[in-house]
Amino acid sequence: MSCELPRAMIHGYLDGELDAFRAAEFERHLEECPECVTALESQESLRSSLHRAQLYEKAPPQLRQKILARMRPVEPISISSRRRPVIAEWLAVAAVLLLLLYSGWRLIPGLSGKNNQAALVAQIVDAHVRSLQPGHLTDVISTDQHTVKPWFDGRVDFAPPVQDFANDGFPLQGGRLDVVGGRTVAALVYGRRKHFVSVFIWPTTEKDDAPRTGSQQGYNWINWRKNGMEFYAVTDAAAPDLTQLQALLSR
Amino acid sequence: MHQSVDQKDGGVLDAQEAERFNLLVLPHLDSAFNLARWLVRNRTDAEDVAQEAMLRAYRFFGGFHGGDARAWLLQIVRNTCFTWLERNRPPQPTAEFDEEVHVTNSVTPEALAIAGNNRDRLARALEALPPRFREVIVLRELEGCSYKEIAAITSIPIGTVMSALSRARHQLQLALVNPTREEAAHEL
Repeated sequence: MSCELPRAMIHGYLDGELDAFRAAEFERHLEECPECVTALESQESLRSSLHRAQLYEKAPPQLRQKILARMRPVEPISISSRRRPVIAEWLAVAAVLLLLLYSGWRLIPGLSGKNNQAALVAQIVDAHVRSLQPGHLTDVISTDQHTVKPWFDGRVDFAPPVQDFANDGFPLQGGRLDVVGGRTVAALVYGRRKHFVSVFIWPTTEKDDAPRTGSQQGYNWINWRKNGMEFYAVTDAAAPDLTQLQALLSR
Repeated sequence: MHQSVDQKDGGVLDAQEAERFNLLVLPHLDSAFNLARWLVRNRTDAEDVAQEAMLRAYRFFGGFHGGDARAWLLQIVRNTCFTWLERNRPPQPTAEFDEEVHVTNSVTPEALAIAGNNRDRLARALEALPPRFREVIVLRELEGCSYKEIAAITSIPIGTVMSALSRARHQLQLALVNPTREEAAHEL
């Protein structure tokens, strides 16, 4: 044990963490210390073994999806109540603006009168926007379709189809009741990246119908009828996302 | 450089902040998972821990004021792992490597090279190290962190990162060329 340098120096040198002066000093030392040369060789050997073994393990792909689904702001109110007022204010402002836009639009003759669907869409967009207010998004918060589906029993006089599409990028966030066109409807909430999609469902006597799409006040919507149910989905996510969700719901 | 994780209570991020989080922090999910995988020593638990850590990071993102997002995240991952280990695994007496017994055995580069060629053996040797040694090896060799980053993540003073690595690598070498009886049996 003739070496007077601290052992740890080898590691600083190996990791390129010595400053130029100390590195040069260490290299001079190596010329006269076979002990440190051997130790350095061992460390280099260990390092190359570690690198060759490729021990790095990447995250499984579904983990990102799971995390994204849980990052949405559907959280128990108690946790975030302190932050909510700011958001509530902004949403209230947004809602008022939207209401003004909507009433302005209603006052323009010829746009609203004969077009029932436009009026309905406006209500749906309103309901969606209203739902984004704190605590209004979901009455039952669950990503489990088996929790959400029974929740509607006794609350509405029909059984809305409830499915989770987390694996397809639309994790179910929960459900709630809403009023559209004077009747109580079921609303399902799906996450889509950082956006929400509200899917309004109520029974209809009309026959199945292919999807119609449109956008209103920056919100995309899609409407279709299937198996005696009327579906309206609305979101601020991209229109193709809605088409994709429509296909999933119609499977 | 790094703010305390618990400094500012979080909650729901606004859209702009959430976007920033997705750009700065979320891309380091692989790093988070890898560190968790080696600290808790299996993939299933690592998924849970990495997820919990990422959600904590999301909640506390208000306390991140720029700098090295990976190091900031890994600091949270590391703390989440140690909390998880305390809760789920009793401290293992065998995990503390007995330096006295092993230190007399010399480690030749040849013996190391042979043992190091076996990936499983290398992985088991790494897993046999005490967690605090394991983490510096993982951060340095797998994650490629600088000493400064290691210091920030582990809260080891920067002046002692070098000696921590020195001890950790020494133990890893010994564990590699002298597998415990249990590890040796594993290879039969």
